[in-house]
Amino acid sequence: MKAYDVIIIGAGVTGAAIARELSRYKLRIAVLEKEEEYAFGVSKSNSGIIHPGTQNSHCSLKGRLCVQGNRLVRKIARELGVDFKQTGELIVAFNGEETGRLRELKREAEMLGVPGLRILNKRRLVEKEPNLSPEAVAALYAPTAGIISPYRLVYDLCENALKNGVEIHTGCAVKAVGTAGGEFSVLTAKGEFRSRFLVNAAGLFADDVAAMCGINDFRITPRKGEEFILDKKLENISRHLLFPLPNKISKGVLVIKTADGNPMIGPTAQDAADKEDLGTSDAGLKEALDGARRLVPSIDEKDIIAYFAGLRPAAGDDFIIRREEKVPGLVTVAGIQSPGLTAAPAAALMVRGLLRDCGLVLKKKLFFRPRQSEIPHLFSLTFKAAERLVKKDPSYGDIVCRCEMVSAKEVRDAVKRGACTMDGIKFRTRAQAGRCHGSFCTARIMRILAQERKLPLTGVSKRGKGSELVKKDRADV
Amino acid sequence: MSERELVIVGGGPAGMAAALSAYEHGVRDILLLERDQYLGGILNQCIHAGFGLNYFKESLTGPEYALRFARRITDIKGIDVSLKSFAVRLTPDKTLTYLKPGRVEKVKAKALIMATGCREKTREMVHIAGTRPAGIFSAGLAQKLINIEGLLPGKEAVILGSGDIGLIMARRFILEGARVKGVVEIREQSRGLTRNVVQCLDDFDIPLYLRHKISRVRGRDRVEAVDVARVDDRIEQVPGSEFTLECDTLLVSVGLIPENELIEMAGVPLDKKTNSPLSEGLNETSIPGLFVCGNAFKVYDLADSVSTDSLEAGRMAAVYLRQKGEGR
Ligand SMILES: Cc1cc2nc3c(=O)[nH]c(=O)nc-3n(C[C@H](O)[C@H](O)[C@H](O)COP(=O)(O)OP(=O)(O)OC[C@H]3O[C@@H](n4cnc5c(N)ncnc54)[C@H](O)[C@@H]3O)c2cc1C
Repeated sequence: MKAYDVIIIGAGVTGAAIARELSRYKLRIAVLEKEEEYAFGVSKSNSGIIHPGTQNSHCSLKGRLCVQGNRLVRKIARELGVDFKQTGELIVAFNGEETGRLRELKREAEMLGVPGLRILNKRRLVEKEPNLSPEAVAALYAPTAGIISPYRLVYDLCENALKNGVEIHTGCAVKAVGTAGGEFSVLTAKGEFRSRFLVNAAGLFADDVAAMCGINDFRITPRKGEEFILDKKLENISRHLLFPLPNKISKGVLVIKTADGNPMIGPTAQDAADKEDLGTSDAGLKEALDGARRLVPSIDEKDIIAYFAGLRPAAGDDFIIRREEKVPGLVTVAGIQSPGLTAAPAAALMVRGLLRDCGLVLKKKLFFRPRQSEIPHLFSLTFKAAERLVKKDPSYGDIVCRCEMVSAKEVRDAVKRGACTMDGIKFRTRAQAGRCHGSFCTARIMRILAQERKLPLTGVSKRGKGSELVKKDRADV
Repeated sequence: MSERELVIVGGGPAGMAAALSAYEHGVRDILLLERDQYLGGILNQCIHAGFGLNYFKESLTGPEYALRFARRITDIKGIDVSLKSFAVRLTPDKTLTYLKPGRVEKVKAKALIMATGCREKTREMVHIAGTRPAGIFSAGLAQKLINIEGLLPGKEAVILGSGDIGLIMARRFILEGARVKGVVEIREQSRGLTRNVVQCLDDFDIPLYLRHKISRVRGRDRVEAVDVARVDDRIEQVPGSEFTLECDTLLVSVGLIPENELIEMAGVPLDKKTNSPLSEGLNETSIPGLFVCGNAFKVYDLADSVSTDSLEAGRMAAVYLRQKGEGR
């Protein structure tokens, strides 16, 4: 049994941002994550947009944290070496009535403090986005919108927290929480952990964790979003993130871009059967295509090269971030649906404040190390720089993934930095994420992973126990 | 940066035939790049017989067929083979950048033959509804895992697509002691050679579901089952026709795509549908002196035909070099 000042349940972007923020202070901190790796919950399957805050009511918590998060994430991305690209977004109106709604949106967003908003007329719109539907009549332009790789942000937040003394335990599902004697006793798959303060950042399962602590006043209803990624050859199909006008339950189907430059269409919005229902559907594909073509008519089904679904952890309309009067020392961070990725750095500051209100003493460390060194990627380097790198370490010249040009060295480094599954390697390096989807490189990556982690090949999994890739190794018989 | 008369990218049957033929037609300075540690390309994992029936008039396995060419290549001094060499960049003036462990090299070729083969279409390119668990493999990856790595991907498989690779993998699974619940094909006929339908499915009583599609993948961590449904003439699912096949593995074998990203980088226009270079004639591209052969040029049924057409690519490069030399 180990004792901490603060335990954070969940290593998604919310938990990771909180852990990193608290690692500035003299505290013993543990993050407990049920999956084999960080970022395997909601934070891995989303649109990766750093929202400006244009689609939220000016009195909502999520709207406020979104605008603040949009500002904060830039500095964090710089410190951690994560690529953030400010692309700007256009919310497109298709008729006079919708143009009127753009003005309302603009007013509302300005009350939230969203900077630089402008309404563009048809002529400016055609200049800015030549492939946009000719039916579009006007748009609200929000320059502060951008994109980021959501899982890389989580990895870097976690790695930076580790560097600053936080412990992160993966494969460590919280099963029960005891609250006797002014201390939390957290029972997990890996034994008991104790702490004086507890943060529930368990995403889709935040209601289950809350119930373990005796809090039963909210439920998380998963709402599915299917997304379809298009070939990188269409990288220039749009310059900005393109949105229709939002409806009551979602922002609608968007035409956006991943951090790696692939256009992406989606997300759809349907209520999901359960919290693990991550399937895509033919209906979802149709909804995404129809919605995207309304914005950019030239998009074709044949351009799709990958797809996935994510679940929004909704608990009513807004985020629930509060300290629990009933359970002193417990802070809930729940209902973190969109724009949770954007809001995470601001949510972390808010949680820090709530913990202080609960009595946590915050003393700054003399040395906080805010930086992570950028991870070199062969493909994005100049010839000279690549040459230097390959000379220094020959295994950079040993290409494992031909589609994304990922070397054996990069794969090994990803494992050293914490990847222990095939998906973990994919999210960190892009190996297996290219055109052939791992047809050529899977065998090689399996061997590297097995070797570095001292696993049998039959123990190599896609994303943890139960998802092993192969059933039998002839070398074993 | 070095200079070469002829550079060939890819050491499979296409690249090897092109190299031999270019040599026979008088080219004496040939660099053959292969990213693997052996020559032979994809043939090395095709351990079944049936190669060479046309070309050598006898039935060979893939590796045997490849070896016949590889032996001759290594015997010829004028053909310089560079293994573990990975081409990463090509410019319109035929300057090629490639990586080797420890080195980044640049070479300017007077003539260039790209023999980079093809890749398989994946589950991602044909939308298959449902979950994304472990246990979904392209047929070629499954073949590599079994034949090269000695690993058995699963114990009960369903195969999507009845092309030759899918059919051959059905038999391969059975021979490894696994079960094959069925082969699902959306067309009304198998895409593979008749001999493969007979020898790989009929002989093992594996059902072939023609005019069917996989309507859903089930399973959270590992494939648990697939739903199969009949489709009508317009490829629309027939309501009420679904049935479930329990399995732990889904092999996807829905076609091949030429790998032409390097020549595309150099500005050669490709056919949007097939990914082959837009071309006036066999092995040609829009850039003079830049040739493409084998499965990178178009997808062939037989390795034998790849060899035959690639010999022609070698000859064409030799003629090009001769004419260029005379022109100076
Ligand atoms: C389709 C889609 C698109 C989106 N697009 C955007 C966007 O463009 N921009 C944006 O800002 N936001 C977007 N979002 C929202 C954003 O993804 C989420 O708000 C954010 O990722 C939530 O992070 P989290 O850390 O709260 O949750 P999670 O990432 O789910 O993290 C919670 C973690 O807790 C762990 N956990 C759960 N229970 C336990 C337990 N008992 N013990 C231990 N660990 C446990 C989970 O395994 C998980 O790793 C989108 C969401 C979806 C679904």
